[in-house]
Amino acid sequence: MDFAFTEEQQMIRDTAAAFLKASSSSAAVRAAMVSDKGFDPALWQSICADMYWQALHIPEQYGGMGLGYVELVAVLEQMGRYLLCAPYMSSVAMATNALLVAGTDAQKALYLPQIIEGKIASLAFNSASRDWDACAVSVTYRRDGNDFILNGNYRYVLDGDNADVMVFAARDEGSVGENGISLFVCPTDLNGIERAALPTMDQTRRQATITVTNLRLDESTVMGDVGKADKHLNKILDLATIALAAEQAGGMQEVLDMSVEYSKSRSQFGRTIAGFQAIKHKAADMMLRGEVARSAVYYAACIADEALNDGPLANELSEAASIAKSHCSEAYFKNAGEALQIHGGVGFTWEYDVHLYFKRAKASEHFLGGSGYHRERVAKMLLD
Amino acid sequence: MKLQFSPEDEQFRAEIAGWLADNLVGEFAQLKFRGGPGDEHMFPEERKAWERKLAEGGWTCVGWPKEVGGRGLSIEQQVIFFEEYARAGAPGRMGHIGEGLAGPTLIAFGSEEQKSKYLPGILSGTEFWCQGYSEPSAGSDLANVKTKARFDEASGKWQINGQKVWTSLAHESEYCFVIARTDPESKAHKGLGFFLIKMDQPGVTVRPIEQITGTSEFNEVFFDDAECAAEDIVGQPGDGWKVAMGLLGFERGVSTLGQQMAFQNELNEVVKLAKDNGAAKDPLIRQRIADAHIGLKIMRYNSLRMLSGGSDGSLQKEALIYKLYWATWHRDLGELAVDILGPEADIMVNAPYELNRLQSLFLFTRSDTIYGGTNQIQRNIIAERGLGMPKELRPV
Ligand SMILES: Cc1cc2nc3c(=O)[nH]c(=O)nc-3n(C[C@H](O)[C@H](O)[C@H](O)COP(=O)(O)OP(=O)(O)OC[C@H]3O[C@@H](n4cnc5c(N)ncnc54)[C@H](O)[C@@H]3O)c2cc1C
Repeated sequence: MDFAFTEEQQMIRDTAAAFLKASSSSAAVRAAMVSDKGFDPALWQSICADMYWQALHIPEQYGGMGLGYVELVAVLEQMGRYLLCAPYMSSVAMATNALLVAGTDAQKALYLPQIIEGKIASLAFNSASRDWDACAVSVTYRRDGNDFILNGNYRYVLDGDNADVMVFAARDEGSVGENGISLFVCPTDLNGIERAALPTMDQTRRQATITVTNLRLDESTVMGDVGKADKHLNKILDLATIALAAEQAGGMQEVLDMSVEYSKSRSQFGRTIAGFQAIKHKAADMMLRGEVARSAVYYAACIADEALNDGPLANELSEAASIAKSHCSEAYFKNAGEALQIHGGVGFTWEYDVHLYFKRAKASEHFLGGSGYHRERVAKMLLD
Repeated sequence: MKLQFSPEDEQFRAEIAGWLADNLVGEFAQLKFRGGPGDEHMFPEERKAWERKLAEGGWTCVGWPKEVGGRGLSIEQQVIFFEEYARAGAPGRMGHIGEGLAGPTLIAFGSEEQKSKYLPGILSGTEFWCQGYSEPSAGSDLANVKTKARFDEASGKWQINGQKVWTSLAHESEYCFVIARTDPESKAHKGLGFFLIKMDQPGVTVRPIEQITGTSEFNEVFFDDAECAAEDIVGQPGDGWKVAMGLLGFERGVSTLGQQMAFQNELNEVVKLAKDNGAAKDPLIRQRIADAHIGLKIMRYNSLRMLSGGSDGSLQKEALIYKLYWATWHRDLGELAVDILGPEADIMVNAPYELNRLQSLFLFTRSDTIYGGTNQIQRNIIAERGLGMPKELRPV
């Protein structure tokens, strides 16, 4: 038992922190978030060509680095901390995980190398549902010979308008709940796919709607078991949830650091506001929530590794994901809110960065399920 | 990062679990799940006998180095020991102040003579200790102690005068470690000494204090010309603060994993009650139960991080938050327990004031956020040491 980063993992984290501090500065974030694509293509290319981050947990046989989920969350934590605007959550935490969990050898061999090269990929499953598992799927498919015809409308698709490759979840016409779910992977330039960016309050992460109208997919696009892919989808979403929680943990650290620094520089009543106990105690609680978040995220990352490698603790995945996300969601937003309060009036301005985190915190809280949603998942495990 | 224990460690787990299963029987069976927080006044004699039994098996002071008679277990095996101990429902340890506080202080700061005089009684489970820090005017502001220690040249002994308060288990203890002022002119943390005082002597009076639970686990302790041998001061006069603070550093949180296992037993009881009485259908109660479960899981991950971190004794962030986190969690559990009981929570088991376990949990957990540094003091410490924010103003 050794629940600490290895030296190599520390190095990965520190390298990520240094790289992002320089490349995802406030100015860079602000430029990217109002740009056409919502991210800086040159930076994205550098992330793939110089940092190999898209390749992190992809097995070596597909050209990846073959590292684990702990390394992945170490990097994601820094991305959340520096508010990186990039299609990383979508391409790596959603689409890559989908391929790793449910892809055929041929699909992995085709798409993983593309992702490693910087192609953008995402996962669409939710159609304006408050559920964040297989039950959220309402786009339907029907068989037509050996083909599948998809119809419906997806919402909240991360980077959906920019994606080159999509993983689609759809349900057999007439099925309900977790039944009848299938997964498909295909390029986005097929007939029958219509995409539109959704303007978002959190401008640092792009969302889109995708409408599929008589989208015809052949058998080679099917991932996992036809009509029984709910378990795959749930596993993919649990893995993505852990990744998002890692970002949240990183954001929590940054709003704490910003607040402490600001409080030490701002004087009122003849002393720095950092000396007021009301401020100190807020900061102490923020630190507590941030450290607790890390513990939950690192544990969940170890479990994600087990789940991806069928280890003995693999069956803890949903619980670990819900523990991490339920804590991190409320905690990040709480910390961001406290950060705003500690900054006083300047915290309410567009000029200071606090609002960027405040909005990211709220959007991340809702995406993939908020604290209440995940607590109810845990309650079901315990009580029903 | 890896979560699994090694095969040797798992074998050790089987060993301690087996020993507990074989020995927590007969006269000791009644002690199962007893003597924990809120129940510390129960079965003192029987629990002292259990301490001797543990000692026979070599299961006291498992984390102490072998040179001083401990078992010298690795951190991993200590974790396992405390987990299995609590899982078996073995009783609250009468010896925890000696084993966890007095002993490690002596090992670090004591003279050879002090070690050979005091450690064997702790190891054998025959001598018990209490902690004489707090006074009526020295609570959170511990450095404000007024108890005086004067060296009497005639008798060649220290004479102690003053009053301690909230002294847990003083009425069950052979010895008390006391901080007292060796320099009567001194203020705050200067001029203090750290003394090892025998309780059974004419100058020491112990008076129980009735607690919120109606029971008494802590006491007032009065020193009226109490005697302390010249060689029973730890370090030099003036070193008292350093020694007392050093003590805090010994709590690296290994035993907290056992504490968590005890929390798990409590939570299990709360969950079972909610299922039995239908509260588990209430959406708000469901949220709170899930939250408690999540909080306890994360508490374990926090400790695993804390224990895996640098062995250089440096203060880690996850260690700084630990007390505030568990104390608040436990207090919330107490509230959840009585909210699940609902109106039954107000009905006593028996007159005049017999509490059931959950009522007792509710009342006793109010102390968790007070002793060992209140939540507010914890936040001051986190802000100052963890975040480098300014120290509290003190009148000059
Ligand atoms: C069950 C129990 C067992 C105990 N066992 C022992 C024992 O064995 N030995 C021993 O020596 N002591 C023991 N104690 C005493 C314990 O350590 C003290 O109660 C504790 O340190 C708080 O001191 P106080 O009670 O005087 O409260 P005070 O210090 O008077 O605090 C009162 C309130 O003021 C707040 N406060 C104080 N200072 C500050 C500040 N600077 N900033 C913000 N808020 C502040 C506190 O947080 C608290 O809310 C025990 C206490 C309990 C409840």
